[in-house]
Amino acid sequence: MILLYALITGILFGMLLQKGEVVHYEKQIGALRLLDMTIFKFMLTAIAVGMVGFYLLHDLQGLVLPTRTISLGNNIIGGLIFGIGWAIFGYCPGTSWGAIGEGRFGVLVGTLGMISGGIFYGEIYPLISSTISTWGVYGQISLPQLMGVSHWIIIPLFILGLGFLFRWFEKKGL
Amino acid sequence: MKKCNYNPYITGGLTGILMIFSVIITNKFFGSSSALMRMVIGIENIFSSEHVAQNTYFKMFSRPLIDWQFMFVVGIFVGSAIISFLVKSFKKESIPPMWKERFGSSFSKRAIAAFFGSFLVIIGARMSGGCPSGHGLTGVSILSVASFITLICFCIAGVVTAHIIYKGKRSI
Repeated sequence: MILLYALITGILFGMLLQKGEVVHYEKQIGALRLLDMTIFKFMLTAIAVGMVGFYLLHDLQGLVLPTRTISLGNNIIGGLIFGIGWAIFGYCPGTSWGAIGEGRFGVLVGTLGMISGGIFYGEIYPLISSTISTWGVYGQISLPQLMGVSHWIIIPLFILGLGFLFRWFEKKGL
Repeated sequence: MKKCNYNPYITGGLTGILMIFSVIITNKFFGSSSALMRMVIGIENIFSSEHVAQNTYFKMFSRPLIDWQFMFVVGIFVGSAIISFLVKSFKKESIPPMWKERFGSSFSKRAIAAFFGSFLVIIGARMSGGCPSGHGLTGVSILSVASFITLICFCIAGVVTAHIIYKGKRSI
């Protein structure tokens, strides 16, 4: 049953990604070349809505939020490696499936690349986990904890900031 | 100047609502990159199940291999295909036009770059613990500091690399 829900959720997400044009190479690279902010508008709007919903569920229903463990080594080095690859490939793992779905069959080469990268990562994992992963580990910390303020102060400020950012994007025609 | 296009805000907002419902109904947060590791394990199992069983990283992915996230990425493929057929934007394409304009129409050149790039993508995603779905959509919306740091690194390296690759070209 849970697999059926997963499939339906995925289908709806795929539809929204395609309709939002987020699955296009031109939009992904357009954003990284700072020419077209479509994917950031999409992503940040989703984040803003999700943020309000998740924290309401957290406060009212006791939803446990899966806050990630900070490991500066993993987060920074892994993040930078991802970014370099993203700009060369032109897709992220999720959008690559959507791109294949709309006929961008060239992306299948990237699927092979990701599978090979996954096999490689499995082999180097012991080395990474004993080195990079141990650098700057700070536990599962959220922004409200770090700043020592209520999340209901951070969330409205975040949304207000996004409002200004989006207005600036639209003014600049990005 | 282009006129304001509300499309990414609407589709993005609906995605936010979908994320919330997913958590309400199945307690599952969005993420896309660990599904690929399950594919990797499935494939490696065919060749050497012993090797997979000994691998410390692969052990972290509990069975069954076909889990929530696996079906979720299958859904992304299906959903994108459905809409692209409905709005007739389905198009077979082996090289993105923007790439073609910069690097020409050699498929092998694009294939080498796509392979190398995606190889780095999955290493970076697994090392940092997520991709723009897991860290971006989920991690940032729950205000996870690790995800803010990671997403910023994705963008810095992505912007710098894209500018190096497309140096001197300003037109789309």
